[in-house]
Amino acid sequence: MGIDRYGTAARGVLAYGEEALLVEFADVAAVMSLRASLRHEPVRGVEEVVPAARTLLLRLAPDADIDRITEQLRSRELAAYEPGIGAVVEISVTYDGADLTDVAELTGLSTAAIVDAHTDSELSVAFCGFAPGFGYLVGLPESLHVPRRSEPRTKVPAGAVGLAGEFTGVYPRESPGGWQLIGRTDVTLWDADRDPPALLRPGTRVRFRQT
Amino acid sequence: MIEVIAPGPLATVQDLGRPGYAELGVGRSGAADLLSHRLGNRLVGNAEHAATVEVTFGGLRIRVRADLLIAVTGAPAPVFVQSVQYGGNAPLRVPAGVELRLGTPQAGLRSYLAVRGGIACEPVLGSRSTDLLSGLGPAPLRAGDTLAVGEDSDAAPIVDVAPVPGYQDEPVLRIRPGPRRDWFTPEAWAMLLDSPYTVTPDGNRIGVRLSGPPLGRAVQAELPSEPLVLGAIQVPANGQPLVFLADHPVTGGYPVIGVVCRADVGRAAQLRPGQRVRFAASPDAGR
Repeated sequence: MGIDRYGTAARGVLAYGEEALLVEFADVAAVMSLRASLRHEPVRGVEEVVPAARTLLLRLAPDADIDRITEQLRSRELAAYEPGIGAVVEISVTYDGADLTDVAELTGLSTAAIVDAHTDSELSVAFCGFAPGFGYLVGLPESLHVPRRSEPRTKVPAGAVGLAGEFTGVYPRESPGGWQLIGRTDVTLWDADRDPPALLRPGTRVRFRQT
Repeated sequence: MIEVIAPGPLATVQDLGRPGYAELGVGRSGAADLLSHRLGNRLVGNAEHAATVEVTFGGLRIRVRADLLIAVTGAPAPVFVQSVQYGGNAPLRVPAGVELRLGTPQAGLRSYLAVRGGIACEPVLGSRSTDLLSGLGPAPLRAGDTLAVGEDSDAAPIVDVAPVPGYQDEPVLRIRPGPRRDWFTPEAWAMLLDSPYTVTPDGNRIGVRLSGPPLGRAVQAELPSEPLVLGAIQVPANGQPLVFLADHPVTGGYPVIGVVCRADVGRAAQLRPGQRVRFAASPDAGR
């Protein structure tokens, strides 16, 4: 994932109402590259940057020059994907999730091999969403890419560690959810009284460890 | 100090919300009809960041424990002090000890009770707004709650009454194309602009659900979750549009066909179940 691949990454810049633009890429790594690039070299008139799976939302100032910003976004060379910022956040996990055997069946891996692959992965937060502090982590090997559960659960406990598609993540609080649950952690992902409130934010590097 | 006797169907504390946390998965929230909320603050001489009470479909009853200057804006609910009726959009002095009650609004859905000094409660991430989706901010008001009055006031108010436009039976909301307009058939965009849609009963601060001619898709692919903005018109699989309001999620997995212009989002927040609404392309948005 270097300059060669993302320097000229194909992207679309889409109008999003009066005061936003959406930049679309073919994969999440390019989204993360543009986000990192915009942090290093902000574009005048862009007030907020919100990443997602294939897109990056730019919320614009009321007086922003949309044509100029669009042009800058189309032509910006993206530096090598910088996987993360700061120290690696280690999250201790007990791998006893309710879907571990289903994941073993879907991947053809033993549960021990699933744990090894999960704890060996150098992960980083691509984006947050769904609930405050829920980080979508990328960096899993393809062998751990599994579909969501066909029947989402109405209640997933706080701290549940799950897999869905190219992502893995931890539920910050009890909520409904459709991810395949492989384990649980005691780590507090979100605390509004803490500064910063979220343990994980876009760019944060993460490593899971078996307890 | 204010004592809540009854909150009505839903009453929450709201201010301008908590912008800037979307990348952590936290939406802005804040008053659903920002213009009405701001007007209330101006009428009682409050600072811009002061919190008001957003009252959904009237029914709020409070007892005031100190002399207060208040104003009710937004959906025109009759204001009763003891049994005397007053109008909205004007500052009103309420003496300590009396009961104040909001009747059912004749039009609109959300009224704002502004109190000189603002509602004081502990801010979360810089805002006192209740975000019903993320669960941040104070809980919705319940009978028996007491609300402290803050000190978020500026100069004494000088306005006697503020003229506000009336509520239309079938409002027209201006929209601009959303990022996925081309995921829909050309007929879908025309349909959205030509047909009235009816507000369903299951709306809330997250969004207004509409029912009408389904909007057909040209692209059937599944959309990876992408960021949402206030006023985004998202179209789930059933083709029935949904307009996102203050407590909208930060990302969503259905295509956004258009976006209600910022100036008209407050009017979307005032739509009542059963009411009809139309959309018009914002002048420079084309058809």
